[in-house]
Formats: sequence, C-alpha cells, structure tokens
Amino acid sequence: MSAIHHPRHLSTSISSSTSAFLGQNNFNTRTQSVPLPVRNNGSCKCVATPSAEKTAYTTKVSRNANMAKLQAGYLFPEVARRKAAHILKYPDAEVISLGIGDTTEPIPEVITSAMAKRSNALSTVEGYSGYGAEQGEKVCLILFYKNSCQNPLLYRHVDSSSRSVQPLRAAIATAFYGHLGIEEDDIFVSDGAKSDISRLQVLFGSGVTMAVQDPSYPAYVDSSVIMGQTKQFQKDIEKYANIEYMSCTPENGFFPDLSKVSRTDIIFFCSPNNPTGSAASREQLTRLVQFAKDNGSIIVYDSAYALYISDDNPRSIFEIPGAKEVAIETSSFSKYAGFTGVRLGWTVVPKQLLYSDGFPVAKDFNRIVCTCFNGASNIAQSGALACVSPDGLKAIHEVIGFYKENADIIMDTFNSLGFNVYGGKNAPYVWVHFPGRSSWDVFSEILEKTHVVTTPGSGFGPGGEGFVRVSAFCHRSNVLEACRRFKQLYK
Amino acid sequence: MHAVTGHYTKVARNINMERLRNNYLFPEISVLELEHIKKYPNAKVISLGIGDTTEPIPDIVTLSMADYARALSTREGYKGYGAEQGNKALRKAIAETFYGDLEVKDTEVFVSDGSQCDISRLQLLLGSNVSVAVQDPIFPAYMDSSVIIGQSGDYQDETLKYRNVEYMTCGPKNHFFPNLSTTSRTDIIFFCSPNNPTGHAASREQLEQLVAFARENGSIIVYDSAYSAYITDESPRSIYEIPGAREVAIEISSFSKFAGFTGVRLGWTVVPEELLYSNKVPIINDFNRIVCTCFNGASSIAQAGGLTCLSSEGFQAMLAVVDYYKANAKILVDTFASLDLKVYGGVNAPYVWVHFPGSRSWDVFAEILEKTHIITVPGSGFGPGGEGYIRVTAFGHRETILEASTRLRSLFR
Repeated sequence: MSAIHHPRHLSTSISSSTSAFLGQNNFNTRTQSVPLPVRNNGSCKCVATPSAEKTAYTTKVSRNANMAKLQAGYLFPEVARRKAAHILKYPDAEVISLGIGDTTEPIPEVITSAMAKRSNALSTVEGYSGYGAEQGEKVCLILFYKNSCQNPLLYRHVDSSSRSVQPLRAAIATAFYGHLGIEEDDIFVSDGAKSDISRLQVLFGSGVTMAVQDPSYPAYVDSSVIMGQTKQFQKDIEKYANIEYMSCTPENGFFPDLSKVSRTDIIFFCSPNNPTGSAASREQLTRLVQFAKDNGSIIVYDSAYALYISDDNPRSIFEIPGAKEVAIETSSFSKYAGFTGVRLGWTVVPKQLLYSDGFPVAKDFNRIVCTCFNGASNIAQSGALACVSPDGLKAIHEVIGFYKENADIIMDTFNSLGFNVYGGKNAPYVWVHFPGRSSWDVFSEILEKTHVVTTPGSGFGPGGEGFVRVSAFCHRSNVLEACRRFKQLYK
Repeated sequence: MHAVTGHYTKVARNINMERLRNNYLFPEISVLELEHIKKYPNAKVISLGIGDTTEPIPDIVTLSMADYARALSTREGYKGYGAEQGNKALRKAIAETFYGDLEVKDTEVFVSDGSQCDISRLQLLLGSNVSVAVQDPIFPAYMDSSVIIGQSGDYQDETLKYRNVEYMTCGPKNHFFPNLSTTSRTDIIFFCSPNNPTGHAASREQLEQLVAFARENGSIIVYDSAYSAYITDESPRSIYEIPGAREVAIEISSFSKFAGFTGVRLGWTVVPEELLYSNKVPIINDFNRIVCTCFNGASSIAQAGGLTCLSSEGFQAMLAVVDYYKANAKILVDTFASLDLKVYGGVNAPYVWVHFPGSRSWDVFAEILEKTHIITVPGSGFGPGGEGYIRVTAFGHRETILEASTRLRSLFR
C-alpha cells in the first residue's frame, strides 16, 4: 500500500520585493509532497481533492508590517539581477560593470600579507585568539604574551573597559582623527557601514524621526522603514511618509536648503555623497552642525569616501567645531582598501553626544555592539591595522588615485558628449543628468546598447530621477572601453 | 557617567535600551576577571567563564585563509562584494555537511558573521509585535535582543523576569525540557540544543513534542544548534530531523565552537521555503531582504576558511579539536561528581552546569574566584532559572583544565 501523494502547489505572493531573490534562486513555485497515512483496510480510497493551495500550513505569526512597507528589493541586488538577465540574453557580449560600486583592483600586498600572517598565527598556541572585544581589537596579542610571562596560564584577554593598548581602535583614531580630539574608545570597529547603519537604527529605535538626502544611499531609508520609523510609501511622490527628504540637486549645489527642512531627530548625511559625488564644503557643514545643534538633532555622517576628496572639503564632520555634541560618523575600508569582501568599517560615537536626558549615546551603542554583534573578523582587523600603517596608507592612496583617474576619464567622456555631469572629483561616482527621462529607461538603454551596467538615479530616491550613476570602480581597460561605447551611443 | 556640561540633543533615549537591566553578561564577567587580575597580579587566573575557544585552528584551514588573503593581491584572485547570502559553494557545503539527509537546500542557507548577529537580524525581521518564549536559563542574547527590539515589557524585580516574555523553565526536575502543557502560546520560541548553559541536548521525543507544540500554536521555533558537534549520543543534531519542522522552524548555527572561529566570525541561518507567515508570505523572502539591506556578507576570508572546514580533511581536523574539548568536559564533570556536587551537561555540550542548592550563584562565583582564581559564570546571569547554578566551560588547554580540577577539588573537599 503506497502512501497517497498530493502535490501541493504553493504560489508565493510574489511581489516586487522578491524579484531580486527570485532571480538569484530561480524558484517561482514550490511543490510539496505530503504523504498521507496509509489506510489499513487494504484498498486505497482515492478521493479527488481540489488543488490544495488553500490548505498549505501557515504559522499564525503575523508578518512584520514594516517589511510589508518596503517597495521593492534592495536596489543593488535588483541591478545585479538585471545584469545577470542581460548576460543570459547576450552571452557573447562583454558586459562592463559600472553599476554596483564594487572595487576591482587588488589589495596592496602590505595589507594582504598582514592578513595572511594573522591567519597563520591562528594555528599557533601563541597566536591563536578567540573572541575579540566587540568594539574592536584592543590588546596587542604578541605583546601581551611576552609581557605576561609571570602569568603563563593566563590566556584570556580582557575587555572593553580596560585601558590597555588598543591597536586598531587607536590606529584608526590616529590615522583619521589625529587632531580632532577623537579618542580610541570613541571608535567602534565593525564589519562595515551597512551593518553599522542598521545597528544605529536598532539603537535609535522606532520612535525617532529621520531626514535623508534625496537622492541617497538606499540603506538609510530602507533600514528606517524596517525599524518602523516611517509610515507607508506614497506612490505619487515616491517617498515614505514620516521621512524628511532633503532635496540635493544641481540647483542647490547638492546641499539642502536647511531653511526648508523640518526638524527630525536623526539626520543622515553622506559626504562625499553617494550617488551624487558631491562633497560638502566646510561652510555647508558648519551650517549643518548649527542646524543640528539648534534642533537638538543627531547627524549620522557617512564619510566612507572621504579619502577621494581632491580639494579642501572636510574629511570628517569632526573638523567642524561643536560636531562632537551632535554627530556620529561612520566609515569603511571598503572603498579605501578594496575591503568590500573582506568587511571592515568603523563608527565614531563621541563621548559628548548625549540623549535628551543626558545619557551618553555611546554607552547604549556599546551595549548594542556587545549584544547584537560579536566583533569584526580578527583577520580583517589585522588587515585594517596594516591599512593605517605608513606603508598601508601610502598603498591605499595609490589605489584610490587609480579609481579617481577612472572617474576623471568618465567625467571627461560625458562632458565631451554635452551632458551635465556632476561628482567624480571628490568621489568615485559620476552623476550624469538625462533631463526629462526615466532613469530606469536610461539604465536599460545604456545596458542594451552598450552592455554597460550603471545605476538608475531613481533607485536612490525621487531626487535621483533623471540621473544615472556611473561608478569609477573598474579595470582601466574596461573604463576606457566603456567610455568608447558611450561616445558611440551618444555622439 | 554623564558629561557634566555641554549640549544635550533633543533625541529621546530608546526606551527599549532603558529597559535593559544590566550590562550584557559576558563583558561583565570580563570586567570582574580584570579586576581580579589586578588584585592578585601573581595569581594564575584560569578562565572557565566566557565560552571562548582556546585551541589553535588546524593548519589546513588557516592555510586556506592565508592563501585566500594573499590571492586578494592578485588580479585573478581579487574579489569584491560577495553575495550577501554567502558564497554559493559554502552554502552548498553547509547544506550537504550538516543537513545532507534532511533536504535543506543551499538556497535556504544564509551565511553570516555569527549567531549573535543572526539573532539580532532575526529580531529585526520579526519586529516588535511578536511575543516570544525563551528557555530559562538561556544564553542571554535571545532575551536581550528581544528587549532591544521592543518585544518585551518592563523588567520585574520581584520575579527577575521581563513582562510579556514566556519563560520556559528548564531544570533537573523536568529533564531540562519545558513543560509545554503549562507554557503559554507565543509567536516565537527560542530553543537552544545542546543548551547553553545547561549542556542538555533535547531528545528526539522532546523535540517532537516541541514541533507539535509549535505546529498547534502556529508558532515559529528559532532553534540554535551551535553546539551540535558536541553531541555524543543519539540526540538530534538539527531540528529538521523532526518531521514537520520545516514548516515551523528556523535554525541557526555557527563555526565558533565547531572550528574555533570565535574571532574569525562565521555562522549560518536556515530558513526553509515552507515557513510562512499567517498571510502566506514566505519568511525566507523577508529574511533575504533583511540580509541584503542590513548586512553585506560575512568576510570572504572567513568564508574561504569555512569551506575548508567542511572538506573531508578539514572536517576531521575540526572534530579532533571538538573531541579535545569534550575530553576536557569529562574531566570537569568527573571532578564535580567526585565532590558529590550535582553536575549536569558536559556530555553533549562544552558546558558543565553545577548545582549549589540554596546558594546564590553570584556568591558561589565570587567564592570560587577568590579562593581558586577560577572564573566561571553565575547561573543567574542566564535567567532566574539559573539561580543556584554555576556554568563552567570546557574550553581550555588541557593542563589548565587539570590545574582547575585540582584547585576545585581542594576548595570543595
């Protein structure tokens, strides 16, 4: 007697939020065979059953309403999905990726050899380390062992409140905030900006209001929606209710008119900006800090591209007097050292930053980091330490210089074709205006006709409509080839 | 300590953070360890507190990570962003190695930088409006992350529990498995087996009850199997060994205690395709969205190491280290047993759970620390159900474990 099988076709509620995922994983329907108990009376009673879709088991757990608010898949997987579809369509085309801002050049050896060395050390008794401090490596391991010969059985390292040597946190403080009064224990090492942004949102909670630049890196808005800080998406204006969108356009020099911006608790500000490439001036940032001070707001300042700055613009919000009382800064080795896969970043939360009741924000952030995180990979931390050594800094500046040259080439190309071109000078992104056109249409046109992947501006917010972001991360030969193709298309 | 003068923002502190009672348990233990070292600079302090691995990672794995790192300096070997869900080969290897017969697909495996992060990402996924149940005692991250995301009410000093959370007592009297007939329905049930801190591995029969309970109640189990490699007997190593679990359970696990990756950072979460919200939306779709938005993948170097751990040679090497720690656990179990103390765990997990009836666990912790210079973890740090117990980890160099054993015998004789 065989079990009766009823294949069950479960159709997923396929919304656009799943499009990227479906593209990657290729499941559109799922079948589920559920063997029914065998009847013992010797005959098989076959009852015609209707399609069992309606009786598929579901839990009684309600979907998080915040997830339902999200409009589409995260932007970059969607771009990746379209690229993949394009490659399938044109298997012989040489597709060039200037879309997702993914680094392409090898990491300098001074850095990878430090990581290799750390990896190898993990196989030795002296060099093995387990859990590190969640905020980032503190005790210099070899030094510790040599100095603790009177305690041969002591092999556990001690924690965050210790005042012992904190090599990576101290090294980051010195390298990037040398004269700005930011100390090693203001620095929280992480696995990168995207994770940090979400941990900051968890820190702030659902009860805060936020402002973002428009256009901006999508993680700020999306994490805000997920956290429950927003209301519904308003399709007519392409904005989430309860978020203050600070328009950044050519007309206002890509700096918001603060006189028109409502007060919010949190202000996300990215400079040099992804996607527009604009770097805020000292004067602009002074006004921003004053605005935050007047409103009692907290700026979350994303400085991931600071080393791309060519001119005198501030590389850190903490260059502005008073910023320590109003700002958090987040940054990353992704675009400096090609650590997009290696994963290492940091967040600065100054001691002086206080909630309305005087409670230090850093104390709560530390609690989040200790509870919701377990430290960046120790191997990546060794790599980061090498990045900020004198040789490491020199090497990463060379790689940054290379990408900046790419940006120059891209800018020159679009300029020569008569486009209004922004960015590219202080950031590895070139922001090209296609007035009156839908940015997804331009994206598709460029992809179809030149096999070059870019990123449609509207993916960064309604303020990005009519623009396309071209990233400068590429092998030189590919950048030159892409530009040749652009010239063909738009001549 | 608040700043004396200076600007206050007008941003209200997150009320959920205010709700947290103490600092996170393990940094607290570290602080006490440091203070003790300062007080007794010549003492040989032994750490059997925080469950931190101590033995070097086998060469085969670290060599692969070193090679991968070096290759990042070459044009052919350089890789930038990986898929947020993890390297495809690694996802496949995890599915095959740990879930080979259990029909878990590689697409259902999400590689991460470890369970502590996964738990919080799951909390972000689930949101503040779900009700949760936790074992009592339990690894504090479930409870603390639940408070942080806003699922709990205030802490009650009288009961030592947060409101709105269902605490499922696990003790010797109920074979360390909750009495489900007296457990209220919650949306989410956190369940760790083998258990941290009690060391108990739930039996097949117990897990069948749990799955049935979840199914009846329409609940989701978040099953933490981080210590499954330590199981000695026939206890299930994955919740998916239980029929029907795919429709009710998420499983999280980690390379930390299996491969000594506590610092390297690598873990994974399994979300079966069949796991649906009440409105039929597959949870895997939303989890994928969280992973793509709130995370950018585990370190590629760690993933390369993880893949090597799952090669046949690598896997044997991993098990050899696990066996080393298991032998440590046996020494500790035997030590406490020989002192006529009631000792649990240590057979299917690297934790030994020792009962000191009538004593306060922080007092026992302090006495052990003061008199033998051994750091343990007081059971009450894991919840009110841990009061009267001490957790001792089996991670350590063998000679350290033996030394600890000697000291404990002299203290408790």
